[in-house]
Amino acid sequence: MTAAPGYAPRRTLPLRVEIIRQFKRRRTMVMFGLLLALPWILVIAFQFGPQSSGPQQASLRISDLATESGLNFAAFALSVSATFLLVVAVALFCGDTVASEANWSSLRYLLAAPIPRDRLLRQKLVVALGYSAAAVICLPLMALLAGTLAFGWNDIQVPGTGETIPAFDVLPRFGIVIGYALVSQLVVAALAFFISTVTDSPLGAVGGAVGLWIVCNILQAVEALGVLREFLPTFWNNAWVDALAPELDWSGMAKGASVSITYAAILIAVAFRRFRRKDVVS
Amino acid sequence: MKRVAALVAALALIGVTTWLVWPSAPKVRAQDQKITVVDGPSDDQRVELDTTFFPPPGGGKAPAVLIGHGFGGSKQSVRQQAIRVAQDGYAVLTWSARGFGRSTGEIALNSPDYEVKDVKQLIDWLAKRPEVLLDASGDPRVGIVGGSYGGSIALMTAAHDQRVDAIVPQITWSDLADALFPNAATQTPSAPTTASQGTGASDQGGETATAASTGEGAGGTSSTAAGQETAGAGLGQPESGVFKRMWAGIFFGQGVSLESFALQGQGQQQAAEPLTPQQARCGRFLPAICDIYQQVAEDGKATPEAVALLRKSSPITVAGQIKAPTLLLQGQRDSLFPLSHADANAKAIAAAGTPVSLAWFDGGHDGGNGEADWLFEQSSAWFARYLKGDGAAQTAPPVSAFTVTRDGGRDPGTRQRIRLHPEAASYPGLAGTDTTTVQLSGPEQSVVNPPGGAPASLSTVPGIGGLLGGQNTAGVSIDMPGQSAAFESRPLTAPLQLTGSTTAKIKVTGTGEATLFAKLYDVADNMQPPALPAGLVAPIRVTIPEGAGSVEATITLPAVDHRFAVGHRLRLVVTTTDMGFATAAEPATYQVSLASPTLAVPTVRTLAAPPSGVAWWVWAMPLAAVVIAAALLATGRTSSLAPAGSRVRRRAVPTVAGNGAAHDAAAAVQSAHDASPEQGGKPVPLEIRGLTKAYRNGELAVDGLSFRVEQGQVLGLLGPNGAGKTTTMRMMMGLIRPDDGEIRIFGDRVTPGAPVLSRLGSFVEGPGFLPHLSGRDNIELYWAATGRPAADAHFDEALEIAGLGKALERAVRTYSQGMRQRLAIAQAMLGLPDLLVLDEPTNGLDPPQIREMREVLKRYARDGRTVIVSSHMLAEVEQTCSHVVVMHRGRLVSAGPVSRLLTSESAGASTGNGHGLRLEDVFLDLIGDKS
Repeated sequence: MTAAPGYAPRRTLPLRVEIIRQFKRRRTMVMFGLLLALPWILVIAFQFGPQSSGPQQASLRISDLATESGLNFAAFALSVSATFLLVVAVALFCGDTVASEANWSSLRYLLAAPIPRDRLLRQKLVVALGYSAAAVICLPLMALLAGTLAFGWNDIQVPGTGETIPAFDVLPRFGIVIGYALVSQLVVAALAFFISTVTDSPLGAVGGAVGLWIVCNILQAVEALGVLREFLPTFWNNAWVDALAPELDWSGMAKGASVSITYAAILIAVAFRRFRRKDVVS
Repeated sequence: MKRVAALVAALALIGVTTWLVWPSAPKVRAQDQKITVVDGPSDDQRVELDTTFFPPPGGGKAPAVLIGHGFGGSKQSVRQQAIRVAQDGYAVLTWSARGFGRSTGEIALNSPDYEVKDVKQLIDWLAKRPEVLLDASGDPRVGIVGGSYGGSIALMTAAHDQRVDAIVPQITWSDLADALFPNAATQTPSAPTTASQGTGASDQGGETATAASTGEGAGGTSSTAAGQETAGAGLGQPESGVFKRMWAGIFFGQGVSLESFALQGQGQQQAAEPLTPQQARCGRFLPAICDIYQQVAEDGKATPEAVALLRKSSPITVAGQIKAPTLLLQGQRDSLFPLSHADANAKAIAAAGTPVSLAWFDGGHDGGNGEADWLFEQSSAWFARYLKGDGAAQTAPPVSAFTVTRDGGRDPGTRQRIRLHPEAASYPGLAGTDTTTVQLSGPEQSVVNPPGGAPASLSTVPGIGGLLGGQNTAGVSIDMPGQSAAFESRPLTAPLQLTGSTTAKIKVTGTGEATLFAKLYDVADNMQPPALPAGLVAPIRVTIPEGAGSVEATITLPAVDHRFAVGHRLRLVVTTTDMGFATAAEPATYQVSLASPTLAVPTVRTLAAPPSGVAWWVWAMPLAAVVIAAALLATGRTSSLAPAGSRVRRRAVPTVAGNGAAHDAAAAVQSAHDASPEQGGKPVPLEIRGLTKAYRNGELAVDGLSFRVEQGQVLGLLGPNGAGKTTTMRMMMGLIRPDDGEIRIFGDRVTPGAPVLSRLGSFVEGPGFLPHLSGRDNIELYWAATGRPAADAHFDEALEIAGLGKALERAVRTYSQGMRQRLAIAQAMLGLPDLLVLDEPTNGLDPPQIREMREVLKRYARDGRTVIVSSHMLAEVEQTCSHVVVMHRGRLVSAGPVSRLLTSESAGASTGNGHGLRLEDVFLDLIGDKS
């Protein structure tokens, strides 16, 4: 008899337990509240803004078309939040998860329970990714709801060309958009998660991930880097716009997914490897 | 941290060094000078040309490049380009053409008698420069590049001066007469055949059919009236052409307004002089040209003299003499010199056996992107190949015979438009390699020419295309109601990439001379305005023979590269007016119908596959990453284990239960236990052997620690701060890996996450709770996290020890230190573990609680479990513990029962007051001895 009766490593830290542990946190609540409220705030903002007299040829930017339909509005909401808000949300859920346990000193008791280290990371990663995915999904869905209630269920008007695609044709495309947004945020999640395993400061993990993200965004603006920019994790961040074009173009999203998965796989592997060997002193 | 900092510093150093060492572009000097040339039909006019010479920055002898400027410009407008070319390793000469800038003389439109003679003398001048590479005495290695007006001088000079070695004319004309008086129609005066042709074609029924080109081109099906060339080139009879009045006005107007512009530059005293009537009328144009312009602009008809004069300045007349390899760069958005002009030039030059390449780029006189960088790369490659010689030709990228710029959608990263450059190994001409026929339908429609020609339809507004920006969307295009006839195809079932000049056959019924304009629209659906590719129209002038009543004509639509998407329609529109052209003032009505329902759309198969497809790294990179990730995980697994047994230093294991003077470690050798640490078949709760752990700085936190704890003991772990107590406890919990030695709990070696840890309850270095959860939630979720059955937890017993009462339901963040402490001890006791490890359990407790805790621990051990307590409060340990281990500086100092320890020490020290020693004295004695 080596272990206590009833103990089995693969039963430790069930996902349900980890979900509850994270859900009751204030930052989880606040972040979801913000994501769910943002579409309504935008709706109010558009209602207050000066009404333009019909769409003009010159103004086919995604923001000008936002009030054309619920789908247009959802695309707009995603475009304004994907660059930063969702990044912060994902970094928060994934960067906070291990570092905050270390910060609370609860990490050592979990490890001594004992929850095998790989399993602890795996379960925490699954839950953190789950929360991140929920964040990425809930924003466009709420925007779709808010936009449909506010602006009606019309066909989507494509930014740039002003072409119109029937609403029901574009719904599956919208699924692609959300799916790609999830995949492209994977690199943020992995980066935040990796930093989370090496630091005891939750803010450091979240801030570190967001900070590196910002640096990548800045580097992306340096055209002199040429083709190298394609390998920056942020470069293909907006490739989901291609899914709303009249002709679906996968190439950008394929590259973006490739870059994202590459970084994510390596970062997560390094996180596991480091955490296994790490002396937990927090 | 230090390593990271060093790495960052090293990277920064490398970056700065690279920045400093990186070769910057060589500095280019510019030398301004006036070069006097003599020209004119009888070589008697002296003209001073304002020039700038840029010697090759690398020194030595280099090939020379002449850069011509556009109409209305001067040498200043090509200065940046000149510097760039010079940095490429050439001697560059720019000049203001006669009549422009500060050069004297009058504009003669690149006439062989004037401008061409000037440039020949510039080449003479270059031949005398020491910086310029010579092919022979007086024959420099020289290329000419220029756009529009500067492009045509390149062609004209190359035709008249065989010393020119390569030219890159851009957006220029082949036939100036045709450019200003185009006519895209070739007339078929045979009315009787109309019906049979029409029905025959409509019998085909199919929507589209692809047929290989006969080589004769788009105009092949029509028999031309005067036995002319096929209409593909679009260079027809300017005498019957439609006057391109807006462009001509801008063209001429620039030459006129140059006068005041140049005078302003020359000085105040001259600018003050009023213009003479002649100056105001003709500006700096040669009076002969000016007079002819005045005449044709007035009645909109090309006179034979005008055609003769314009043809004199047209490369098409002399293109056969060009021996210099020619790269023609023509803009797709150019209603002044459309692609058909480059086509005509290319065919004429290639006919003489001279190498010609052709590119249709996104630009031209109507705007577009301009692709300045790409054009520079192309011309640079061309010159490298034909001017620099073999070595450079090898390294320069090859220039394809035919390249077309196409829209590549948006860059997903920057959302900028990207352009693709599909290439073909040979130039297929405007008729393409294949022809797709598209069926049009539509009834005969009446169109009206409004009196005075206004209001006019709008296609491209010359001169403002550039202002509207480089949008790829077709510009504003308006057809006036009643003035246009439309014929439309059914929605396309497959995408259609048009590359070249589409041809159509129409029948015009009416009387006299009809001026019409044909356009081919891309119609997406009813919700969007139809797009006119490149904003180009084909002007048509047909003469309906007396008595015939109608005429058929084959229309060569403007050459474009355009993709019609699936579901889009092609719409042929024939209008009576266009803003850009001179139309008849008298009102007239015509009936327009299709003479043939087929539209012959040229496509270029060889261009059809632009280099695309998924880049190899798209799938290779994630695969590689997954492999690397798997490798990282696989190799990381073994090293997470505790050090191998062979590294364990065999040390004596003093047992705490030992009878002897246990602090003398050497005296308590129990070698029998080395191999099997079991005693009487029952595993020892805790056995530590040779345990060593160094801090990161190398100092030993725990140094060769060995001891054993037997079942039922309450062991006090004593030592001053920094003795290594907490580090030892962390290693017991599997949080820290020992550098050497091992810990066994119930016979199992402790590794991170070892299952045996489930029999260990621990409280080390303070409580760890989730502050947002209540005490009860924390305890319950912790137990749930262990994955063990809730029945085994003994929540009630544990929570009774905590004694929190109602506070259990509050969030932990509201707890006091003592409350958290008690809750943490309760958590450690969850499931009543066989071994309980508590670090300073009485910290923050009040005296009654301390007393209670003491009883709890004693009771706990009485039930056959084992308790290890570390404490500073020696009195506590003395009252609570049965056994003691004393540590100092990571080493074991003493071990044994409390009573034994006190007795043995008192034996040595009882000479004093005779009272039994307190543990404190012993402890201080032990520490003091060793320190």
